[in-house]
Amino acid sequence: MKTRTSNASYVADHVQKIPRSGIRDFFEIVQSMSDVISLGIGEPDFVTPWHIREAAIYSLERGRTGYTSNLGTPALRRAIAGFVGKRYGVEYDWKSEVLVSVGVSEALDIALRAIINPGDEILYHEPCYVSYSPSVVLAHGCPVAIPTRQEDGFVLRAEDLERAITPRTRGLMLNFPTNPTGAVLPRAEQEKIARLCIKHDLVVLTDEIYADLSYVGELPSIVSLPGMRERTIFLNGFSKAYAMTGFRIGYACAPAVLTEAMMRVHQYAMLCASITSQDAALEALKNGEAAMIQMREEYRRRRNFLVHHFNLMGLSCHEPQGAFYLFPSIKSTGLSSREFAMRLLEEQKVAVVPGDAFGAGGEGYVRCSYATAMDQIEVAVQRMAVFVKGL
Amino acid sequence: MQEILNILEQDALASAEKISQQLKRPVEDVRRQIRQMEEDNVILAYKIIVDDEKANRNTVKAVIEVKITPEREGGFNRLAARIARFDEVKSCYLMSGGYDLLVIVEGTDLKKVATFVSEKLATIHGVLSTATHFMLKTYKEQGTLYAQEQVEERLPISP
Repeated sequence: MKTRTSNASYVADHVQKIPRSGIRDFFEIVQSMSDVISLGIGEPDFVTPWHIREAAIYSLERGRTGYTSNLGTPALRRAIAGFVGKRYGVEYDWKSEVLVSVGVSEALDIALRAIINPGDEILYHEPCYVSYSPSVVLAHGCPVAIPTRQEDGFVLRAEDLERAITPRTRGLMLNFPTNPTGAVLPRAEQEKIARLCIKHDLVVLTDEIYADLSYVGELPSIVSLPGMRERTIFLNGFSKAYAMTGFRIGYACAPAVLTEAMMRVHQYAMLCASITSQDAALEALKNGEAAMIQMREEYRRRRNFLVHHFNLMGLSCHEPQGAFYLFPSIKSTGLSSREFAMRLLEEQKVAVVPGDAFGAGGEGYVRCSYATAMDQIEVAVQRMAVFVKGL
Repeated sequence: MQEILNILEQDALASAEKISQQLKRPVEDVRRQIRQMEEDNVILAYKIIVDDEKANRNTVKAVIEVKITPEREGGFNRLAARIARFDEVKSCYLMSGGYDLLVIVEGTDLKKVATFVSEKLATIHGVLSTATHFMLKTYKEQGTLYAQEQVEERLPISP
């Protein structure tokens, strides 16, 4: 029998290859300090609206504590199909084309596992959410990053996409509005990208978790373009719009064959999402719009306030059109993103996330979340102004 | 205008500068609009909400259901305005249903409130009856919870 030299050898090669999240070590330093104002938080600062929490409590009171169908409760799936149909004009059969997942993260994971054969290339735009590249690797695919740029407002350009397509390309992941840049994808660019996806027969995973947090009106989705529904896995969830991160409810809408494939992974890995959370999510979809709009208006005001102050500081910053992140350039300071974030933390006790945590293209930027109360944001910009002036 | 009101309703101390930065509008515009709303009595007052118990103030509050006789021409308005003018009356509303006016009265002790009701309010010509309910505890006032919700410990950094 083969003897192993250390415990590390028990860990699979492809898992060993995944780097630790760039946020992780930074998180530990922040946690060890006191009086830090954090602009590094990727979740709403609002507590879930009371009527949604109350619905969860009521669900428990009624004794709804069992498993649900693998795909999710019929009531929630019906409501999701209704919402997506009304918002985007794309109709899904709730019985066979909607799957409720444990957050969008799980939906993304099972979608990738459902479509990737080992070695398939999956394209994604960068800077991007931290999980995209590792999730592809875990599904035995090859992640291929396509850079986006500040001068384009961090929008994915179709010509950059075209250059990245190879015969091995299986799919494209989109996330607009984007974490960490707040970029949205204009319709004209969506059309060009859709044409390429059809031409090269790509599967599209569109993660639209921030779609409701748009400051430029209702955003169209690439899924509603001709020829896209049959090749698209539409992903959304409740965490950001309804401040429900801890409930962990996301969903995927996709043609029946793809939904069935995802369900096969989901049924063995997760079985189903929590019934309490599903009941809460149903309440959010039915009656949550007013509270959601109120939160969005608050985010909009904070965004305006932050953009104003960053420009005063001389940190150039495009105005994000969605999500709750600002992604200012710190290149003018001559520091790397990590140095900037580290020194800002040590000298002024303000935490921001170094841009390189979101991929190589994020170097030279930091992510500042405005999912933090206005009075905290005010103090944070004062401290940052002192810091930048002293550089 | 609505946007400015939304901000001031949440934080009456918000400066014109801060509001202008949140709304991307020139600060002079914001200042002028606030002044205009004050002059037009759109904004009636800026007040604070106090937890009397923590401030060690003994206040007694009562809700009083008042039935009154409507008058020719004036309806309920003249009598309602007359009642509302008393300093003890903190709020006064015309209601549908079983009674006409809902009056909220405040005083430093029970006796003062009771005296006000029996000697001032009930004796006004046109007041038919009163039913007084004393408030025992306040949980929420003008949209503000007295027991502030515990802000849960959010992770200081999350993706």
